[in-house]
Amino acid sequence: MSTATKAETLSPGEPGRPDRVPTAPRGLLRRTWDKHWYAWAMVLPVVIVLGVLIFYPLARGIFISFTNLTEANQLGEICTRSITGAEECQPNPNAWSVIGLDNYARILSGEVGEFWLWFTNTIIWTVGCVVFHYGLGLGLAMLLNRPLRGRGVYRVLLILPWAVPTFVSAFAWRFMFNQEFGLFNGLLTAVGLDPVAWFDNRWTSLSTAIIANIWLGVPFMMVTLLGGMQTISSELYEAATIDGASAWQRFTNVTLPGLRNVSMTVILLGTIWTFNMFPVIYLVTGGQPAGQTEILVTGAYRAAFQGIRNYALASTYGVLILSILLVFALFYRRALRKQGEVW
Amino acid sequence: MAELMTPQVPPVVPSHQAAVGRRTRRSPLVSVALHTTLVVASLIAIFPIAWIILSSFKPGVWVQSSELSLVKEPTLANYIFVLTETNFPTWFLNSVITAAFTMAIGVFISATTGYALSRFNFPGRRQLMLTFLVTQMFPVAILIVPIYVIMASLGLINTLAALVIAYLSVAVPFCAWMLKGYFDSIDTSLDEAAQIDGCGPFATFWQVILPLARPGLAVTAFFTFLTAWGEVAYASAFIQTDNKFTLAYGLQQFVPAFNPQWEYLTASAVLITIPAGLVFFFAQRHLISGLTAGGTKG
Repeated sequence: MSTATKAETLSPGEPGRPDRVPTAPRGLLRRTWDKHWYAWAMVLPVVIVLGVLIFYPLARGIFISFTNLTEANQLGEICTRSITGAEECQPNPNAWSVIGLDNYARILSGEVGEFWLWFTNTIIWTVGCVVFHYGLGLGLAMLLNRPLRGRGVYRVLLILPWAVPTFVSAFAWRFMFNQEFGLFNGLLTAVGLDPVAWFDNRWTSLSTAIIANIWLGVPFMMVTLLGGMQTISSELYEAATIDGASAWQRFTNVTLPGLRNVSMTVILLGTIWTFNMFPVIYLVTGGQPAGQTEILVTGAYRAAFQGIRNYALASTYGVLILSILLVFALFYRRALRKQGEVW
Repeated sequence: MAELMTPQVPPVVPSHQAAVGRRTRRSPLVSVALHTTLVVASLIAIFPIAWIILSSFKPGVWVQSSELSLVKEPTLANYIFVLTETNFPTWFLNSVITAAFTMAIGVFISATTGYALSRFNFPGRRQLMLTFLVTQMFPVAILIVPIYVIMASLGLINTLAALVIAYLSVAVPFCAWMLKGYFDSIDTSLDEAAQIDGCGPFATFWQVILPLARPGLAVTAFFTFLTAWGEVAYASAFIQTDNKFTLAYGLQQFVPAFNPQWEYLTASAVLITIPAGLVFFFAQRHLISGLTAGGTKG
């Protein structure tokens, strides 16, 4: 690894990195640079994309959440063109300003939107979806993790929902739950029952979205868990069998511990993804009836972007959602640490 | 946890004899139960797709009829309408371009990042890993406006490049994370051998490790393609003229929000799903081994 000249010629795209430790002696800097420049070069494109498109917007969003910026008051100056063609600008008397924590107070107190209703919905939605995703995914993975005629076919069919673009599946489910000509009501009528107005009641409406999302999300869980199961050594099962372990004991003492890492990862990711799953709620229930089934992301989107776009409100919701997820991730991590997990 | 899995217990019973690798005598009853469960699950998995496909061949009146029928007066009219009366070919091309660039760039930068994370213990490594997790927490609906402002100042509004960049920011963190796990499963002695043979870190990565990581790369390609292919929110925010729409957004143009024309929606849903299905078909054999390692090491 070689020389300083190589580092200099090959890495013009890495300026400023070592500036992080400006007090360090030059020799140390140089050595750190020589040792790590290629690793940094490899991650640089990702760091740039994330920096520009995630962290700058995030920083800006946090700032905006303390202001009252909207589409209507975003201009700092109002310019008018006079007859001579000269442009005259005056400060906008209603320009946006920093208003401190007002946005948070208004949202959390329920003055704007229905934070707590949406929050409850989000929890029900997330827990419902993730429990079924994981449970069904694990069950199907167990069924597929054995020699079996037609295993390849089952596997492809079961993963198929993953390949369908989310908004298409959301639309398909909304179509099937349609009150007048949807499939489910057609079946109910066919067996002599009354059709159900799925979207007229908070709970049936929320259930349709949860069902649609369970259908969407099981393949990912199944595939990752199946992958995890295939890394468990068969010797462990043999040893357990020789020791006289029952099937249930093998499941709890070999399979589950073997899947621990995969499970913890996919449950965390699944929770985060479901929490922020915008298209399913937005397209399947559309918040019906009367906004009763909005989750935080969809509710925030409607509250902030219907009518005059309220950037400040949107940002405040964003910060709140992010905070909830960060707190969750911290507790999750701490719970894992307690059980001896190094993550 | 245990309560959660209880429903799955009965079918589990014979599994480990099989997991041991022998095709053991499974009682016929268990066999039937096993296949029944899988057939039912498969039917549920494909049913909504099949129902949409069936509906797309029905004339509008029958799509919106309360009478149930598998197929009635099958017709291609919905497809012909979508393909000829809308800007479908342009939108299709836009989608292909966007998805292809997102896939190519996404796979490449996820792979280099994943490799660096897996092999080198450089300053900033831990922070980057955490960052990937944290970026998953940002609600897209909220990021749209600030990203719009950035795109506008870069002069990228109404270009496909804006979409490619935005989709990369969505897909790459997870992909890099996943590939890091996959690279972890490749023996580091290969790297060492390559280095002794005189390969620099980039050559090692490119010539030795990358070819071995094909399953992982296939999953990444699948994931990035899907992210770009079906995305609506960014597309609706950044694209303003008809000739730049992507499929997912474009096809919603002729479907009014309050009186959806379900028959055209079904046909367009099928048309949009076909290319995604093709990519899936090529990637699926790698999905399980590709995601394996990705999951094992958080």
